[in-house]
Amino acid sequence: MSDQDFLITVDGMKVRAKRGQTIISACDAAGVYIPRLCHHPDLKPAGHCRLCSCYIDGRRASACTMPAAPGMVVVSNNEELNNDRRVVLDMLFVEGNHFCPTCEKSGDCELQALAYRLGITAPSLTYQWPKREIDASHPDVFIDRNTCVLCSRCIRASRDVDGKSIFGFSGRGLGMRLNIDSETKLSDTSFAAIDKAAKVCPVGCIVIKRTGYRTPIGRRHFDKAPIGTDIEACEVGDPE
Amino acid sequence: MAKPRLATCSLAGCFGCHMSLLDIDERLVELLDLVDLDKSPLTDKKEFDRPVDIGLVEGGCANDHNVHTLRQFRKNCRILVSVGACAITGGVPAMRNMIGLKECLEEAYITGPTIEGKGMIPNDEDLPLLLDRVYPSHEVVKIDYFLPGCPPSGEAIWFFLKALLTGREPDLPYRMLKYD
Repeated sequence: MSDQDFLITVDGMKVRAKRGQTIISACDAAGVYIPRLCHHPDLKPAGHCRLCSCYIDGRRASACTMPAAPGMVVVSNNEELNNDRRVVLDMLFVEGNHFCPTCEKSGDCELQALAYRLGITAPSLTYQWPKREIDASHPDVFIDRNTCVLCSRCIRASRDVDGKSIFGFSGRGLGMRLNIDSETKLSDTSFAAIDKAAKVCPVGCIVIKRTGYRTPIGRRHFDKAPIGTDIEACEVGDPE
Repeated sequence: MAKPRLATCSLAGCFGCHMSLLDIDERLVELLDLVDLDKSPLTDKKEFDRPVDIGLVEGGCANDHNVHTLRQFRKNCRILVSVGACAITGGVPAMRNMIGLKECLEEAYITGPTIEGKGMIPNDEDLPLLLDRVYPSHEVVKIDYFLPGCPPSGEAIWFFLKALLTGREPDLPYRMLKYD
């Protein structure tokens, strides 16, 4: 433990953190999984999805944006927070059009995997069936806004990693949509399948063409173990 | 003591969930030791004539006949279970929900590329009336339990039924909880 490191408490466990590190990134390194959808370790934090909301020193805040500070006490895994997470996931399912049985991302989808992890068998809210646009104009990538969860991963990846700023949001509230930097379609942009923004979508919204259904059922990412298992399997040294 | 009675129905579904039930293979014999199969496509019994303990509903509600059957099941079954993606989410039939019924029928029967000559939307009075959209079962009647999957595996159906029949909460293990 270097001089710069300090300890925080997460669900009663001691977790080592570095100055400037967010709570979620300290927890990831320590093998403590906090559910998240918009957070991606290679991208700047956004705090959009609220799934990682925890009690931090008694107040609710998102673990992906809150910097760790010495002695912080974090509660993440309790029934109240997990129930709120289930409601957030419920809302995402009914506000979009998610047809898991036919979706190319099924089995590798983080939305689906989080619902599995939290034991959701059916949504508790009424389906909205919104009309959403599909853009299949690009030769290598399609956008299916039916499944978009407005996490902004593609926006941040395109802007901060690819340096292209192809994606953005338009509208607000229920009318909010993923937009592209073009008058008409994705094929008019400089977007490429090798872009970071093409690889970070947690759901089946931005999908690389001709890659679907390649992995057999049973061998997909979340078929055998819940999302977060890889983080929880991290070797954790004694923080003391 | 009389055995618990089990009823099943397939509404706007593909019968895949029933196929999956049959997929429990030789355990079907064990199932028939545990329950009496009542109204079901497997028995071809047409109407309820006595109370049933467990009703399994496959498929969502796409037409008025589906709604009628589902309400009959709710009225006659003590425990009603939504089985499979179509019953729980509307599933593949619900893909028409974002398009609109009129537009969908016109594409299928009048303007679609496979229509030869002048098409016509079927309008026989014997046909069940299509609903404005496909509804998941729990948006029509109260559902007690949900067994997701497309279809749920035979293993998941067997686990679920055995739990219900032995008075345990049917909490599916991770590997059996699937939406596809």
